[in-house]
Order: sequence, then structure tokens, then C-alpha cells
Amino acid sequence: MIHCFKFDDKNVVLDVFSGSIHLVDEVAYDIIEMYENSTREQIIEAIVPKHNVTEADIDECISDIEALRDAGKLFAPDKYEGIAIDLKKKKYTLKALCLHVAHTCNLNCSYCFAAQGNFNGQCGLMSYEVGKRAIDFLIENSGHHHNLDIDFFGGEPLMNWEVVKQLVKYGRSIEKAANKNIRFTLTTNGINLTDEVTEFCNEEMHNVVLSLDGRKEVNDRFRVDRQGRGSYDIIVPKFQEFVKKRGDKSYYMRGTFTHFNTDFTNDIFHMADLGFKELSMEPVVTSPESPSALTEEDLPILMAEYEKLAREMIKRNSEGNGFTFYHYMLDLTCGPCIYKRISGCGAGTEYLAVTPWGDLYPCHQFVNDPQYKLGDIFEGLSDNGKEKRNEFAQCNAYTREGCKDCWAKLYCSGGCAANGYHSQGSVAGIYEYGCKLFRKRIECALAVKLSSVTEEDIYHPEN
Amino acid sequence: MSRIITINTRDLNASSKNGGCGECQTSCQSACKTSCGVANQSCEKTAK
Repeated sequence: MIHCFKFDDKNVVLDVFSGSIHLVDEVAYDIIEMYENSTREQIIEAIVPKHNVTEADIDECISDIEALRDAGKLFAPDKYEGIAIDLKKKKYTLKALCLHVAHTCNLNCSYCFAAQGNFNGQCGLMSYEVGKRAIDFLIENSGHHHNLDIDFFGGEPLMNWEVVKQLVKYGRSIEKAANKNIRFTLTTNGINLTDEVTEFCNEEMHNVVLSLDGRKEVNDRFRVDRQGRGSYDIIVPKFQEFVKKRGDKSYYMRGTFTHFNTDFTNDIFHMADLGFKELSMEPVVTSPESPSALTEEDLPILMAEYEKLAREMIKRNSEGNGFTFYHYMLDLTCGPCIYKRISGCGAGTEYLAVTPWGDLYPCHQFVNDPQYKLGDIFEGLSDNGKEKRNEFAQCNAYTREGCKDCWAKLYCSGGCAANGYHSQGSVAGIYEYGCKLFRKRIECALAVKLSSVTEEDIYHPEN
Repeated sequence: MSRIITINTRDLNASSKNGGCGECQTSCQSACKTSCGVANQSCEKTAK
């Protein structure tokens, strides 16, 4: 399978199953599009008059295409069905926990998927004992995994800061003996960010996710406190100070855009202009009845916005003033292997969410959905939990019907199970609106990547 | 190849032979928390 697209002056051919990427001229672009379903004569008949080239030019191009095909870089066959079947039978071991250390929040964002922090349930903070048991549970069930991920999440995790610190200390005290490497991360709204938190995070947190929606009027539309006051003026100076001290350690400034700011690139540029360089901006996922929900009419606007973002990134990169956009990051040479590309996020199998009381869910998006309570950290998975884990194990980029003919499936790995569940009622479903945005983002990501190709990046076949 | 520039990329087919160690970061932990993308993840085994 190939996917061909144009972005400004670039003609791009993506060979889906080999992962190869080709930059081609107009002639090669048209020939490659025709190649699989046309004879040489049909190609000549169509291309010679269109591009004012000779038959010899066409033959040379066809010869190059066939050399790439023979090298496994074009029209590569799909050989991964067997891997997808193996993944369904695999015995999964735990690798990551989303620790909900606080089911409460000091903001009151109306669009919050976590229902202002309590996930439509009881408010509460995780005790040290529960958190400690969760870390033990992770290690006990982690099998061969050496690298383990723990995200402190909420609600707002800094509302339970002392426990966060104690849990990091505990994890550090046992990881070596268990031959594990725990990577802690923290997601925060910044309200309680202090010098002490910053110093600790810079020492211990592998990554920190900072929540800001962009421009003041956009951020303060939703990200308000219990009295309805906007958070922008409080958090931005704290985030700037935090990032200054962060040095070269990982962080992301992460926002959500909604129907009310479909011009979300202005929010990304605003973040960049504030001095933040590692940026992420996500489309809101909410009930279609919500006023903030993205609509079909928004879709062309969003597509154009993603293109605008790519062009601006290319421009700023060339001016030495670039920034990173999470969804445009592509590691072409050292990116994920095919197993990762098929199996995806690991929700419900390798990745679980833990509530303040120790209950287990497939991921943070399922917390407090009674159907998806999998058990708890004290007794392990319940019968329902084992059944649900199996349901998640059956989901991958090859088992989702909606992914069958999609060229981007090895980039999204079949998409988010929670989005599929909320959209189509099944974790094996897809969220088509999100898929459309995702495909556009990958095209734009490639456009950005290909804008700075150097000689070192180019493949030269061995003679 | 005068009309085609091929970019160096990881050979996905080859990665089926030496991949699958499961040591890379859990994708949803990194930044998004509401979507799924793996293409921006880095492999723990391939050297930069």
C-alpha cells in the first residue's frame, strides 16, 4: 500500500508497510500512482503529453520504481498479519501505571473529561499506603520489562504533593534490587507549582506535562477556578520559571482546543512566543451535544490550521527559532518497531490506571466506568478484569475493522481504545473524526520533516 | 534516480526480526492523554 500526497512544493510517496518515504517530482508522482494498475503503454499514453517527457524518460523512471520495489522500499507487501495474531495471544505483563493520586482539582474546567477531577465519583486523595502498594503491584506484575512508567495524574496531582514525593522516594528505594528503571512523569495545571516542586521534578521526573490552552482569553474560557476566575495570569509565570530551570530535560506544554478556538494555531504560536518550545495541542474529545464539541463544519478549518502550523514551523525552523509540536515529531530512523506500531498504547494490558482507593481501570479515560473496573491492586484482576484485559488484547491496528484500508494505521497503531469506545460503543471501534485529524497531522509532520532533508538523510542503494 | 529521492527510514519489515522488546515509553504517558500516536516514540534499542 502506498499513500501519495502533495504539500506545497513537495510530492510525497509513503510506502506503508516498509515505512519508506520518497520525495518525487511530478512525473514520478503520477507514474507511481498509476504503476500498480496500469501497463507501460497506458502510463506512456497518459504521462508523455501531460508532462512533455519522452518514452525514454518514462522507462528510466519505471526502472527506478522497480529497483525500489525490489529493494523492499516501494509497494512492499503486508507481512504483519501474523504478528498481529501473535499479539492477540501474547501473555501481557504490566509496564505502566497512571496513578490518580488526587481525584480533586483546584481548577474547575468545564470541558474536563475527568469531571473537574473526580471522574464523576467521589473526591479523594491517594494515601501513601495505596500508592506504595500500587508500585509493588507494578513491579510484581512487570515480568521482563526493565523500564517502567509511572505518571502522577489526577485531578491535580500537586494537591497530593507530599504523597507524590514519598512515592518517588519509595520507587527509587526498590527499583535497583528489582532490576527495574522507573520513569516518573507528572501532569499538572501549574496552580501549585512552587520552587520546591520544580526542583524535585527536575531531579526526579522523566517528563512533566504542563497544561495551558494558549492565549489568555482561550485558556481562561475553560481553565478557571471554583470562583470562575481564569488561571492564565497565575500559571504562565510559574510555567516560564519552571521551564527556565528545566534545562534540557523533557517537558511538554499541553493544551486542548475546542469548537471555540478552531484557530488553535494562534494558541500554539502564542505558547512558542512565551518561550515554550515543546508543545502539544489536542482536539477536545467530548459528547457531540457539548457546545465545545468539534463539528463537521469545523473539520476543513482544522485541516487548514494544521497546514498553517506546518508552514510556520518550517519557517521558524529555518530562522533558528523553531519549536516542537508533539504530533509532528517523527523519528524516521530510530522510531518504533513494527510490534509497537501494531499494538499501540497498551491500555488494559500493559498500562493500567489506579484510583486513589486502588481500583484498577484500563486507562485514565475509563476510570469510574463500572463496566471497566478491572479489579484492584490488593487482589489483582477480577474475573471481569481478566475478561476485559482479553478484550483489549484483541485490539490492535489489524483487528479494528475501521483501520483495514487506512494508510496511517502503523502511525496511530489503531487509535485510542477509549475514543473508539465512546464513539462506536466498543474498544475495538474507531473515532473517525479523530482519524481524519490524525491522517492530516501525519502528512503535515512529514512535510515538516522533509523540509530540512540533508544529504545524510538520503538513501543511496549499494551498487 | 533523477526523479525520486528516497529518505533513510527504519525498515519496518526488518524490525519484525529484532523488535518487540517492550522497553519503549508507554505512548499515552508522554503528552497527549487523549489520543494515540506511536510514530513520535523512540525505540530504546536503536542507537542514535
